[in-house]
Amino acid sequence: MARTTKPRAKPTAPATHWTRRHLLGLEDVSADEIRLILETARSFKEVSTRAIKKVPALRGKTVVNLFFEASTRTRTSFEVAAKRLSADVLSIAASGSSVVKGETLIDTVHTLEAYHIDLLVMRHAASGAPHFLVRHCTSRVINAGDGMHEHPTQALLDLFTISERGKAFDGLKVAIIGDIIHSRVARSDVFALTKLGTHVVLCGPPTLAPKRFEAFGATCTSRLEEALDGADVVYCLRMQFERQQANFLPSVGEYVRLFGVTAERMKLAKPDAIVMHPGPLNRGIELTSEVADSAQSVVLDQVTNGVAVRMAVLFLLAGVN
Amino acid sequence: MKGKGTLVIRSGRVLDPAQGLNDRLDVLIVEGRIVEIAFGLAPEGVEVLDASGTIVVPGLIDMHVHLREPGFEHKENIESGTRAAARGGFASIACMPNTNPVIDTSGVIDLIMMRAEAVGAVNVFPIGAISPGLEGKEIANIGSLVEAGAVAVSDDGEGSQDTYVLRRALDYANMFGVPYISHAEDTRLSADGVMHEGHYSTLLGLTGIPSAAEEIHVARNAILAELTDTPCHIAHISTAGSVRIVREAKARGVPITAEVTPHHLTLTDACLATYDTNLKMKPPLRTEEDRLELIRGLQDGTIDCIATDHAPHAYSEKQVEFPLAAFGIIGLETAVSLALNELVHKKVLTLPQLIEKMATAPARILGLAKKGSLEPGMDGDVTLLDPEAKITVNPDKFASKSRNTPFGGWELKGAPVATVVAGHVAYNARATAKTKT
Repeated sequence: MARTTKPRAKPTAPATHWTRRHLLGLEDVSADEIRLILETARSFKEVSTRAIKKVPALRGKTVVNLFFEASTRTRTSFEVAAKRLSADVLSIAASGSSVVKGETLIDTVHTLEAYHIDLLVMRHAASGAPHFLVRHCTSRVINAGDGMHEHPTQALLDLFTISERGKAFDGLKVAIIGDIIHSRVARSDVFALTKLGTHVVLCGPPTLAPKRFEAFGATCTSRLEEALDGADVVYCLRMQFERQQANFLPSVGEYVRLFGVTAERMKLAKPDAIVMHPGPLNRGIELTSEVADSAQSVVLDQVTNGVAVRMAVLFLLAGVN
Repeated sequence: MKGKGTLVIRSGRVLDPAQGLNDRLDVLIVEGRIVEIAFGLAPEGVEVLDASGTIVVPGLIDMHVHLREPGFEHKENIESGTRAAARGGFASIACMPNTNPVIDTSGVIDLIMMRAEAVGAVNVFPIGAISPGLEGKEIANIGSLVEAGAVAVSDDGEGSQDTYVLRRALDYANMFGVPYISHAEDTRLSADGVMHEGHYSTLLGLTGIPSAAEEIHVARNAILAELTDTPCHIAHISTAGSVRIVREAKARGVPITAEVTPHHLTLTDACLATYDTNLKMKPPLRTEEDRLELIRGLQDGTIDCIATDHAPHAYSEKQVEFPLAAFGIIGLETAVSLALNELVHKKVLTLPQLIEKMATAPARILGLAKKGSLEPGMDGDVTLLDPEAKITVNPDKFASKSRNTPFGGWELKGAPVATVVAGHVAYNARATAKTKT
C-alpha cells in the first residue's frame, strides 16, 4: 500500500483563518476551508495519544449536544472531543421531534441558551432544522446530521481518514455504495470530495441512487462492477431495512446479491483500496465480515479520527467572534 | 356587508374587457347595481368616489380562498379574510370547503352566508365539498349544497383518490350546472413529500413531490370531464405537463378550465434553499421551466384565471422545522400587486387581459351572471387600480390574521386603490392615508 503522499496537482495554502459562526453543511464551504479543518484536526489528533488527553483550548466554554435522533456514535464522539478540549459538556437526548414533546425547537433552544451556552451540536430528523435554528438563536451551531441533508463532520472525518492513508484527493476515485438518496453522509461526502477534485461514483439501484445526483459532480451507476473498477476508496453506506417496506427495494437479499461488497468483488478495486463505512455496520449486508475485518478496512480509524475532526471544528467555531 | 349602496365613481379610466371599454368615464351605481357609464356624470346628492389617476375595473374575483371559518378561526375568519380581500382589491371571493365542519351540509353554507352578511367586507361564495368530510368515499348532497348557495363543488386540499366515486359524483353533479374544482394530487405519489421533486429536493435532502402526482390527476380528471360532460376546473395548476394536458383537452372541446396562483407564476423550487417555510405549499413551487410554461399557458388561454389559494396559518404552525410546517401561504393582499408587477409591467399580459383573468373569467367559470363586468344591470362591484403605485409589501399591515407570505419586503409596482362592493366602498387606500395624516 502506497503510504507516501503524492504531491498535489495544485498545492493550495489553507485559508489563514476561520470566519464561520456555524458549520451547517459542506455544500457552501470552500476547498480551502475544508483543508483548514483537516490541518487543524491533524494537530489535535496527537492529543488523544497523550497520557493526559486534554488541552485547555475550550476551558470555560459550554457545549450542548442536543440529539433529537438516537445516536451513540456521533454523540459520544462530540462528547469526547469537547471534553478533550476542556469544555463543559451537556448531552441531551430528546427522543422524537420537538413538536411531539409539545415544545417547539426554538423554545427548547432558547431554554438552553438561558444557561449561557456557547456551542450547540444538534442532530435532528428534519432536513434544514439547523438552518432554521440559526435564524432564531445566538449560539454557534454544528450540524451533527439533519434529516437526509448533511452530516458535515462525518464527511470531514472521512476525508481526514482518506488523506491519512496517503491518498491525495485530486484524481482519486471514491465509490459510495448503497442508499444514496436518503443519506446525509453521501451528500456531505459528495459536496466535499468533488470540491477537492475527487471522482465520486454513486452506486445503487435507481430507486436509491437516482441520476439527479450527477448535477453535484458525481457519476451514478447501478452496476457495482463499474463503481468498484479501479476505485481507491470503497465506501459502503448503512442499509435501512425500512426501505424495503417503502418499496425502494424488493428484498434485502436481492440488495446483497447485487450490491453487497465481497472480498471477490473488492478485487476489482485498486490493490491498495481502503474500505469505509459510517457505522453501525450491517455485517453480511452492505459488506461481508471478511471485507469489514480485512486489512483494507479503515472503519475504526474513522471512529478515532472523528474525535480529532470534531475537536478541530469545535475549536475553530469557538474562536470566531 | 352594508347592503346596497348608491355611488358615482368619477374621473377614472374605465376598463371592462367584457364591453371592450377603455376610456375616461364615470360609473353610476344605484342601489347596488350599475346603472350608467358615461362621461361627466354628476347626479345630485350621490356619494362620489374620486377615481382620478386610477383604472376602474370590474370588481376582482378570487375563486380560491380559505377563510378558515368555521373551525380554524385562529388562522383567519370571515371578517378578517374578507377585509384582506377588500384590501387586496377583491370584491368577491369563493371559499373552499376544508373547514371544520367541512362545507358538506347546507347548514354550514347557511352559517357562512349569514356570517358574511353580518361581518363580511366583500361578497362570499361558498364552495361545497364533493364528498362528506372531503373523504372521497361517497357523494355529498350536492343538490342541497347548491340550493343553499354553493357555486361549485370541490375536493380542495385532499384530491379525489377514488376514481370510481369521483366519476359518479361528476355524473351526478351534472344536473346542477356547477363546476367541479379539482385539487389534482395523487396522494400515494406525493406521499410524505414537502417540496417539488427535482434538483433542489435532492440538494436539500427534502422528500420530493413529483410533477406526476399532479399530472396523473389532471389527465384523469380531463378524461372524466369528457366522459361526464361536467365542467372540471383545475385549481392551482403548477406543472408544464399539466398545462400541456389541459391545452390538449381544451383543443378537443373538453369542458375544462384552469387557474394559476401568483406564487407559482413568480417563484420556483430554487427559492427553497433557505428552508423558508413560507415557501412550503401544495402544489409545491416547481422549476423555472414549469414557471415559464405556466406563463405561456396564461398567455394562450390554456389557463383561464388567476386565483390566490389564500391559505392562512398561524405563526406557530409555520415557525417550525420545514418538514413539520403547514402547507400553504396567504395571497389576497399581494395578488394584485404581484400580477401588475410581474405580468403587466413585464408584458406577459396586457391590463385588459389581466382583468379578464381576475374578474371576467372567474365570474364565467363560477356562473356568477351578475359579476365580472361593468355593464348596466350588473352588480355594483368595482375595483380601482393604480398600476404605477410603488409599494413595499409589509405583512404587519395586512388585514389577514396570518402573516405566512414569502413576499414580505418585496418592492412592487402597481396596487389596488379601492374596492367597491354593491355600491359601498369596502376599502379605499386614499381615505386610509388621509385619515392618518
